[in-house]
Amino acid sequence: MWLIDSSIGRKFIMSITGAFLVLFLIFHSLMNIVVIISPEGYNAICEFLGANWYAVVGTIVLAAGFVIHIVYALYLTLQNMRARGKQRYDVSENQKSVEWSSQNMFVLGVIVLGFLVLHFYNFWYKMQFAELTGIQTGLFDPANGAAYVSDLFSSWIYCVVYIVWLVALWFHLTHGVWSALHTLGWNNKTWMPRVKMISNIVSTIVILMFMSIPVYYLFS
Amino acid sequence: MDKTINVTLKIWRQAGPKAKGEFITYKMDNVSTDSSFLEMLDVLNEKLVKEHKEPVAFDHDCREGICGMCSLYINGHPHGKDSETTTCQLHMRRFKDGETITVEPWRSAAFPVIKDLMVDRGAYDKIIQAGGYVSISTGGVPDANAIPISKDIADEAMDAATCIGCGACAAACKNGSAMLFVAAKVSQLALLPQGKVEAARRAKAMVAKMDELGFGNCTNTGACEAECPKAVSITHIARLNREFLKAKFKD
Repeated sequence: MWLIDSSIGRKFIMSITGAFLVLFLIFHSLMNIVVIISPEGYNAICEFLGANWYAVVGTIVLAAGFVIHIVYALYLTLQNMRARGKQRYDVSENQKSVEWSSQNMFVLGVIVLGFLVLHFYNFWYKMQFAELTGIQTGLFDPANGAAYVSDLFSSWIYCVVYIVWLVALWFHLTHGVWSALHTLGWNNKTWMPRVKMISNIVSTIVILMFMSIPVYYLFS
Repeated sequence: MDKTINVTLKIWRQAGPKAKGEFITYKMDNVSTDSSFLEMLDVLNEKLVKEHKEPVAFDHDCREGICGMCSLYINGHPHGKDSETTTCQLHMRRFKDGETITVEPWRSAAFPVIKDLMVDRGAYDKIIQAGGYVSISTGGVPDANAIPISKDIADEAMDAATCIGCGACAAACKNGSAMLFVAAKVSQLALLPQGKVEAARRAKAMVAKMDELGFGNCTNTGACEAECPKAVSITHIARLNREFLKAKFKD
């Protein structure tokens, strides 16, 4: 199977799942800013995305996207370490044109995943999980997302933790978005600066939307 | 009178492919700044021979920056710090008096060390043998403009064809990936009418060979382009991805 056996096939899977996760992040960030505009509106979305069958199917597809992206990242990284060889360079200097994030995608990915576990405990476990199983895991009604958000971000520590997480995600996305397009073959000399600019704009907008929530609660 | 400098060389010495290597330090006094890096190594080797010691093995051939035979990882950069320069075109005037220069061989699992600073780059030849050619004889040189090719495409193909196959891309890559080399070879042929016919088969065969030989997976860091002595652009990698994916989806 060329999607597993060939390097470009494996990278194709990385870019497709990555692009899918970026689409999810765009949706997630758009949904989140509603909590600032209207907490009732936000709760209506939470209600809509609770234990309904389409929400459950969506969650399973999304989880599959995450798992494939992570499994392939592990596989590719291990292979790349082996390809580099046992003997490392004694002196190695970085080139100015090489983005820092591009050389640390795996580390950034691990950081993002680590915080994701915390995020699941903070929200998913108390909301969708509680609604699916019927077990009361949080202080509020599972669909009362706005209450959970304001409760969590009443602590400045959580605000800072989430902001740090989003900064790591921003670095991951700035390289990830253009790199995915490049791997899919959608790039050339003219489009190179444009593709990189699109990547920066998309990741910055998404991260700013996410970040506006902890920042809003931090200052209100 | 030409200027001279004193430098300290920290050179990787390894007796053979299986032997354990180590860095040996050599002091070089009164090196002419007009000499090239390889000439400086020639002087070192002459000195070593006179002392009845084993000279340092390193690859070199044309010494005018076109054959791709010279290698060397100098102070953390393949072909030294200068951009768009091969090691043979690197001159001692680029170094400071009293500087310590670390010289290492290419380090990549697919490029095993043969001796000292010399590595086996046969893997690149095997990739070329897998499909980096046009299988039919295209005859003599045709009349100019007999086959119309736009200036943009001709330029792009020519830029890809400047690749000298030295291996700096895989040596610079943190993933030990040969994608820039393969992309340049696939691009130069896929862009022109003579090579286009076999483009799909070529992309599949060359990528399969590259994977088989143990090169890594490209993560688009761009380190290869920054270190390439011919500045081959990573946009050729996008073209290779496109050619490969197109071929696979057609199957």
